[in-house]
Amino acid sequence: MATATTPAISRPPRPRKRFDVHRTLFRMRREWSAYLFLAPGVIVFSVFTVAALVFAVYLTFHEWNILQPEKPYIGLQNYRDMLHDEHYRRSIINTLYYTGGSVPLTMLGGLVVALLLNQPIRFRGLFRTMYYLPVVTPFVVAAILWKWLYNSSYGLFDYYLLKAHLIDQPLLWLADKDLAMPSVILMSVWGGVGFSMVVYLAGLQSIPGELYEAAKVDGAGAFNRLRYITIPMLRPTTLFLLVVGIIGSFQIFTQVFIMTNGGPAERTTTMVFFIYEAAFKFYDMGYASTLAFGLFALLFLVTLLQLRLYRKGE
Amino acid sequence: MATLDQAQLQPPTVPEPQRRGRRAAPTANRPEWGPGRWVTYVLLVVGAIIFIAPMVWLISASFQGLGEIFSQPPRWIPKHPTTTGYRQFLNLGHLTNAQRGQGTGDWRWFANSAFVAFSVTFLQTFFNAMCAYVFAKRDFPGRNAIFMLFLATMMVPGQVTLIPNYIITKHIPLFGGNDILGNGGHGWLDSYWGLIMPGTVSAFGIFLLRQYMQSIPDELLDAARVDGANEFRIFARIVLPLCMPALAATAIFTFQAAWEDFLWPLIIISSPDRYTAPLGLALFVVKNETSWNLLFAGSVMSTLPMVLIFAVFQRKFIQGIALTGIK
Repeated sequence: MATATTPAISRPPRPRKRFDVHRTLFRMRREWSAYLFLAPGVIVFSVFTVAALVFAVYLTFHEWNILQPEKPYIGLQNYRDMLHDEHYRRSIINTLYYTGGSVPLTMLGGLVVALLLNQPIRFRGLFRTMYYLPVVTPFVVAAILWKWLYNSSYGLFDYYLLKAHLIDQPLLWLADKDLAMPSVILMSVWGGVGFSMVVYLAGLQSIPGELYEAAKVDGAGAFNRLRYITIPMLRPTTLFLLVVGIIGSFQIFTQVFIMTNGGPAERTTTMVFFIYEAAFKFYDMGYASTLAFGLFALLFLVTLLQLRLYRKGE
Repeated sequence: MATLDQAQLQPPTVPEPQRRGRRAAPTANRPEWGPGRWVTYVLLVVGAIIFIAPMVWLISASFQGLGEIFSQPPRWIPKHPTTTGYRQFLNLGHLTNAQRGQGTGDWRWFANSAFVAFSVTFLQTFFNAMCAYVFAKRDFPGRNAIFMLFLATMMVPGQVTLIPNYIITKHIPLFGGNDILGNGGHGWLDSYWGLIMPGTVSAFGIFLLRQYMQSIPDELLDAARVDGANEFRIFARIVLPLCMPALAATAIFTFQAAWEDFLWPLIIISSPDRYTAPLGLALFVVKNETSWNLLFAGSVMSTLPMVLIFAVFQRKFIQGIALTGIK
């Protein structure tokens, strides 16, 4: 694999694919500057990605508490603990709840806005900017702002809902066991619609106009054109948003940290929040690493599944 | 292979976004809009108001005193506009004892964020470009193996390396009181080094730039070689200028991500002097939960750079998003 296409200068041509130390060394010396170009990136990458990954695997087989000098090898105990950890299971359910709520709503919202904006209308740029503004807002800021909006004594939501007589008494939002997660989801949808909108707009603009012309000639109405042309043609875009959205929402942390701190009653403890607590509240680095690999495995499975479904549908 | 599947996930290529303004969409799928157009406008306006209202409230409230923020009904336009929230959060100018008692932020948090974000952006763009160049345009032993290693890690979520990286950062040799074996001190924990260095390479960024650089014709580089330019000159004078659009697009996202990064600073930074803006804000919420006027002021200031970057690079931004799918 390492042998190349250009034959070395002073040697007779050799069969390809045979590894030749001298030739390789010669080429390495000739291409020395390439390694110099690679050096900074590869050094950082080796330390903070490759070594970190190897170390992460090592950690999962050890009881590694930062405060304890002893870090004994414990075999598969961390993995066994993970499988029987009810709190971890709860955090997985919470994460799935969050993902199942926020990803479809965000995509649907983005699609609707994109369809509306893809008309010949005025102020498209202005509308696009307004819908996109929440996306450029840092997570921390969005979380603080929405924490206030959800405030049950002074928050704007309760004030306007009460005033409109939609509710009789203030809702507790983030402090309510059943409302906390939907509240976090609602905030995430607000912050994510702009992103799906932009991606869908790009997808919409790449659909050839002739398709619509032909459909119109055939007498297809607006709804049928949407149903049989637009949505099928947007499939790659939808898959892209779905995969990226799920990967992102599995990793939700900041919003939970600021708005609910995992509460009430662990109802918003998501996987990353749980891993964070295991590692930096209980200092159990070995176990936390194992949990992180659990997250990785789950994400990997979900992504594979989506690609498989996508291929099947084609 | 799962890693390669990601490459197929690139969304369809994006046509140049239209200039904003009254030019209508040139797309051919122009439905016959009669009264329906009004429905479109109404829906869009109502939606836009809902989306923008929280931000409007945030800006308005950041100029209100604490009492006014709590007033009912909520005031969308401050009656007694004040900048105390800003001054208190930045800890600048004259503050009364009562104001100090309410808690103060620190202007350094914003300076730290700016310094870290600029450093990460500059170094990452540069390192990524150098790696991408040799992956795209040079032939040397080990190229494919190293590139595959980069690709293979793209699937791994950051949380997996988060914990080992904390320990690695703590044991960087010869820094923060560590000996040559990396023991004894705190290494890069609680330092700018720790904030910046792990973010200076991105496998995804290298991958994107490599794709872009492959479109540079080899003849161009060969011509420069014949003319006697060395590899560094070729890189600096030909490759980098030709890649400017791609570099700019990735740099914008790198800066944005670095500016709003939260989990990593939360883990490694302990002294308030070195907080970044998001970290300072978040820990301020935990500590002074009721000082909403300061929080709103800090929030506005943390968002401002992002909005400015978006405003300046809007077209590039939206193109880049559609191309790379990163926020």
